[in-house]
Amino acid sequence: MKALAARRHSRFAPTALLLLALLITGGVYAAFVPSTATASVATASDVDTGMKLFQANCATCHGMNAQGTKAVPSLIGVGAAAVDFQVSTGRMPLQANGPQAPAKTRQFNEEQTAQLAAYVASLGAGPAIPTEEQVDGSKGDSATGMALFRTNCAMCHNAVGAGGALSGGKYAPALWETSARNIYQAMVTGPQSMPVFNDNNLTSEEKRDVIAYIEAQRNGSPGGADLGAIGPVSEGIWVWVVGMGLLVGSAVWIGAKSS
Amino acid sequence: MNQLNPAKDRASSQDLSAPGGVARLPDRFPDPGHPEHRPRQSDLDPAANKRAERQVVFLFALSVIGTLGFLVAYFAVPPGETVASMRLSNLLLGLGLFLAMFSIGIAAVHWAKALMNSEEKSEDRHTLRSNDAARAEAIEMLREGAQDSSIGRRGVLQGAMVSALLLAPLTVVVPLVGNVGEDWDVSKFKRTMWAKGTKLTIDPSGRPIKASDLTIGSVFHVIPEGLEEAEHPLDEKAKAVVLLIRLDPRDLTESEERKGWSYDGIVAYSKICTHVGCPVALYEQQTHHLLCPCHQSTFDVADGAKVLFGPAKRPLPQLPIEVDDEGYLIAQSDFTEPIGPSFWERLK
Repeated sequence: MKALAARRHSRFAPTALLLLALLITGGVYAAFVPSTATASVATASDVDTGMKLFQANCATCHGMNAQGTKAVPSLIGVGAAAVDFQVSTGRMPLQANGPQAPAKTRQFNEEQTAQLAAYVASLGAGPAIPTEEQVDGSKGDSATGMALFRTNCAMCHNAVGAGGALSGGKYAPALWETSARNIYQAMVTGPQSMPVFNDNNLTSEEKRDVIAYIEAQRNGSPGGADLGAIGPVSEGIWVWVVGMGLLVGSAVWIGAKSS
Repeated sequence: MNQLNPAKDRASSQDLSAPGGVARLPDRFPDPGHPEHRPRQSDLDPAANKRAERQVVFLFALSVIGTLGFLVAYFAVPPGETVASMRLSNLLLGLGLFLAMFSIGIAAVHWAKALMNSEEKSEDRHTLRSNDAARAEAIEMLREGAQDSSIGRRGVLQGAMVSALLLAPLTVVVPLVGNVGEDWDVSKFKRTMWAKGTKLTIDPSGRPIKASDLTIGSVFHVIPEGLEEAEHPLDEKAKAVVLLIRLDPRDLTESEERKGWSYDGIVAYSKICTHVGCPVALYEQQTHHLLCPCHQSTFDVADGAKVLFGPAKRPLPQLPIEVDDEGYLIAQSDFTEPIGPSFWERLK
């Protein structure tokens, strides 16, 4: 590593990097040629642009070298997946202090996000952005996904992914609008309050099963209106206000004399 | 028909509200009788009568439409395979049923209210007691029956009947008692499937877990190895489920006697809440807080799972773990205290 670092200013370094990048691009392309590989491999210039974007937009909190502070996590070793998750859902850059970074309109486009991810990934090894194949819910088994979801996710995210409250203003968001890629990334990186579910815990195929289950919930419930699927609160309001209202109204009408 | 005349009602309420009104209450309120009969529109106006009739006819027709709609939906819109088609089928069937039944109901009520006789009538309650002649006759019949059966003289018959009547309820009582109270072995609540050397495996797949599998911030939902082979897997699972969490060892506060119970920041705690036994599993990775979804008991995983908030009274029991020669996580022993909510014979 030291020898490499000493030669990083050599005039052959860009050529060597470029060749390396081409080799990786070709290798990865060959490996994923049947699937439409969107997980394009970062080039040296991506890393470079990413660094500039990082220094302009993220370094205020995370530090010039992404080393973090006491209050702000270090980004070394969080991997491209963490950056892609946080930035593509608009959670980062953070705009206000709060119990939890909310998802909002994203501030960086797909390309810039990829560049930021490439830069942070270059700082230390971490989970990579999953491939299309890995997040393709149609290839997963939603029944297995349900068993896994019930064991690992349902206690916070609700049995059908409607989300729920945690302590101190924190919450587990609803998952129906979340893209398959972001669901995968959240499992593998454990953003904010969420624990990490690495590939030893839920294998890549099992994560895809979980995605298949969540995607199956997007079609709604076969029973009809699910009232947000948040259980007794909305259903209770419906029963007590609408249902009891109807009964009381009917009773009053039956008891009233005809005019 | 016990309606009070409005005018009289007002008068009596004035009596009550007047100073010293209580003293002037009559011993008995007189029967105010029926309120004045007020004819309805449909009684006075033939057109209104016809209109009410048409409304009832319309409601019955609506019910017929609902029934036909239900039948059409039943045959034309099968539930099919997709969620959307199931929902459509359910919606149409439900609407058809609702119209068919509800319309009959309101049509009948409307018919009675608007078209049938609206004259007030009262019907006095009759006394429940039969007259003396009927009572005497009944007693006489019972006596004759008893005499005829000659139960007083035939001792064997009497004994047989009493035995049969006394034994028959056992067919109900024995299975009931058997199912409910057959098992008074309370000690089984004090131990779980975990034993020295039992591998920790992933719920539900049953894969064994290596210590190196856990990255910091990881949470594994754990069942003991061989759970499926247990005599009652679900009963055993309900007691033995464990949450395995890896923290940064620097965040971990451990008591002296439990120093050896964790492995490199990996701790294992019972997932059964010490309050009423819900599975505690809402883990906040940043605060190391573990929440119970039922009553919000909060445990600090970084500090012996002590109770931070909520109705739970005791920390979650910790499962002592170690690593075997191949690197797999195994239990050092069973839990050292009974898991779950308190019960009367709980040790310690």
